[in-house]
Amino acid sequence: MNYEMPDTTTTAEPSQDTPAEMTDDAAGYYTPGDPLVDAKAPTGPIADRWQDRKFEARLVNPSNRRKLDIIIVGTGPAGASAAATLGEAGYNVKSFCYRDSPRRAHSIAAQGGINAAKNYKEDGDSVHRLFYDTVKGGDYRSRESNVYRPAEVSTNIIDQCVARGVPFAREYGGLLDNRSFGGVQVSRTFYARGQTGQQLLIGAYRALERRVAAGTVETFTRHEMLELIVVDGKARGIIARDMVTGAIETHLADTVVLASGGYGNVFYLSTNAMGCNVTAAWRAHRKGAYMANPCYTQIHPTCIPVSGSHQSKLTLMSESLRNDGRIWVPKNEADCDKDPRDIAEEDRDYYPERIYPSFGNLVPCDIASRAAKHVCDEGRGVGPKVDGVRRGVYLDFAAAIERPGRDGIEEKYDNLPDMYERITGENPYEMPMRIYPAVHYVMGGVWVDYDLMSTIPGLFVTGEANFSDHGANRLGASALMQGPADGYFVLPHTIRDYLADGPFEKVDESHPAVVEARTSVEERINHFLNVNGTRSVDSYHRELGNIMWEYCGMERTEDGLKKAIDLIRTLKDDFWRNVKVLGTNESLNQSLEKAGRVADFIELGELMCIDALNRRESCGGHFRGESQTEDGEALRHDDLFAYVAAWEFAGDGEAPVLHKEELTYTAIEMKQRSYK
Amino acid sequence: MLDVLNEQLNAKGEDPIAFDSDCREGICGMCGLMINGDAHGPEVTTTCQLHMRSFTDGETITIEPWRATAFPVIKDLVVDRSAFDRIIQQGGYISVNTGSAPEAHSVPVPRDDAMRAFSVATCIGCGACVAACPNGSASLFMGAKITHLGELPRGQPERDSRVVNMVAQHDHEGFGGCTNIGECTAACPKEIPLDVISQLNKDLRTALAHGH
Repeated sequence: MNYEMPDTTTTAEPSQDTPAEMTDDAAGYYTPGDPLVDAKAPTGPIADRWQDRKFEARLVNPSNRRKLDIIIVGTGPAGASAAATLGEAGYNVKSFCYRDSPRRAHSIAAQGGINAAKNYKEDGDSVHRLFYDTVKGGDYRSRESNVYRPAEVSTNIIDQCVARGVPFAREYGGLLDNRSFGGVQVSRTFYARGQTGQQLLIGAYRALERRVAAGTVETFTRHEMLELIVVDGKARGIIARDMVTGAIETHLADTVVLASGGYGNVFYLSTNAMGCNVTAAWRAHRKGAYMANPCYTQIHPTCIPVSGSHQSKLTLMSESLRNDGRIWVPKNEADCDKDPRDIAEEDRDYYPERIYPSFGNLVPCDIASRAAKHVCDEGRGVGPKVDGVRRGVYLDFAAAIERPGRDGIEEKYDNLPDMYERITGENPYEMPMRIYPAVHYVMGGVWVDYDLMSTIPGLFVTGEANFSDHGANRLGASALMQGPADGYFVLPHTIRDYLADGPFEKVDESHPAVVEARTSVEERINHFLNVNGTRSVDSYHRELGNIMWEYCGMERTEDGLKKAIDLIRTLKDDFWRNVKVLGTNESLNQSLEKAGRVADFIELGELMCIDALNRRESCGGHFRGESQTEDGEALRHDDLFAYVAAWEFAGDGEAPVLHKEELTYTAIEMKQRSYK
Repeated sequence: MLDVLNEQLNAKGEDPIAFDSDCREGICGMCGLMINGDAHGPEVTTTCQLHMRSFTDGETITIEPWRATAFPVIKDLVVDRSAFDRIIQQGGYISVNTGSAPEAHSVPVPRDDAMRAFSVATCIGCGACVAACPNGSASLFMGAKITHLGELPRGQPERDSRVVNMVAQHDHEGFGGCTNIGECTAACPKEIPLDVISQLNKDLRTALAHGH
């Protein structure tokens, strides 16, 4: 059977007759839809909302739990913790991951730490302050009710992790140590040297494997979700491919949870793992789940600069290094190729400290990233020239080595300086590190209500895969807070309200909706294997990444985004006609896996550009060239853009439908950020 | 390097070589090859973090999948390491349900104990120790887990049953016994020390003496 290629040629062009608002650059690229309202959003004092919701959410009798099946896609801190907790509660959980073990999800590479409002330092921290900092860090583009919740349960996460054997750093008295972290003035970040992610993830993994032994969780490793099954409007299962045998499997359940991570790899070069992808979320999007704020991307200021064209990924150096390192570039362009140790103190421009005296090197990532871009654009970057420009700035530990000493730095950052030396061949204890921004995290994701349920009833989305907690930018050490918060403490309560109506009527594998989902997966795979084109999947991915980084990266403009949309549509058309995927379905076939992922990245990339085009303001990680102050700072427009942009899929070749959810703040006042 | 090779094979119409690799930062534990006979190659790191500058220009490099009975080959350079997950299922955890944890500061942990627990918890589960061992033993992997949880106060209640059950599963999976050769620790990208195996044996003897 021939797979019908998505029609890319008739995608709506900007039409002249659409009534365009003054600010609506994206007019014609989308269809305006009805406003979106979160029906489950609680009201009342902010500190009571989660307690109220937990009380109102209906309970499921323990004897009914064992009759209810839950599918969880992804085994990171959000997925593994949910699988363990729901397994402990007595539900039947099926847990899926594409890697060979649940322990390898990419949060394992998170270095810096996890925020929790323990206030162990008695330095003025509180749940409310963590909440406030997160909303502020997100540049007032997140939902206040949602943000309060991880702040509230953050203290439980630390207790839970310690009880499960997570070896956090401790002081001499045996109590837990904290440090301060990007963008905040209190010490609330718990850490395990430079490996906090691995330790938290493995804590959740151990809890998950314990439930596997107990029989309430079943794991499916080397399985990739390729389609969502929606029956009578409800999410009822997934189609997954066994990546070893190629078998296309149907898995049915009462509810489906996506904890499938973020889509930073749409940029090809990012700090994500090679396999991180958007496919689970994108297949759900095509089945009716709205995507919210897809253009919100976090560009991380402290990555190792790009060195050449064979590079397959970028490596992050923890943001926490900014605590002790000082960032600078030479004052004079002529000094840029000198050995930094030979540049006199008075010839160095410690620009973050100069421009932002109160926060200095700890300004939020987006500000730090753009400041780095600007000094490099001025020609004052350091390191090798790539495409004629030196793209790097120094992160210098000389002063810190004098203060706590080299041992102190080693203990705090563990393998990070070694990792840097291994990749660059330079010793950061002797030479300042070179760093440059790279794509690290996406704040956008599947739209969810307060219960973490998407617009498809029965489909829940947690962790980085959803959009809910970080607004337009994420505070450092808050991703490791959100994942376990969702999985351990939020989802297990909200999902029970949905499951209280179950068990739902059994679905048979011969149900037309199941057959349709399965057939579409098989046809797509057959199409990829039979195109017999000339270009590798990777070459398309790299080209897409270049387009995204150039036009939808650190700085976005109307002209650039429109150009990007055209380029992506052309690329998509070519991809479906000319991609080359060798081998067969019936064995491990990594090109085939990538082909499906890149196909979805291309569609996502177009939506990201449309979303960025619509938002003619600068907020958080989203910087529109047209919206800046006279001195080049980001300029938000709360009168026009204080909404969540939730995009509905309208069909291949159809303009997506934009539903706006207005953001209102009752517990906090909207302010323009100032870190000066 | 393998990415480049696969692009070339793809261009020639030949099937690319299947190999495992994910984070490319040396932390996820997904990658692993025998390179010129050494697990993860000539340096103390993971395969993904090994640079071509470790070899001489024009050198022929021999690569193989992990060598171990308990890690069957799936395809080309990809092996099945699910035996590690099954060992963990037999006790590589602390039995505490979500919600039932006491305040984190209720039990202080001596700093040295916490440091030792952390230093062995750095194990990334890559399997290099098994591949390097002539006996195909996973004692270093298991020892790291036993030592990590055994150093912490919260790990004490299940200390005996943990070691007994994990060792039984280890043997059942077809991993060999330890004869103190030390290849494992030499190959370990995270430099897990050999003394975790002493700790493993000590804990096992103690548990058996307790009648497990």
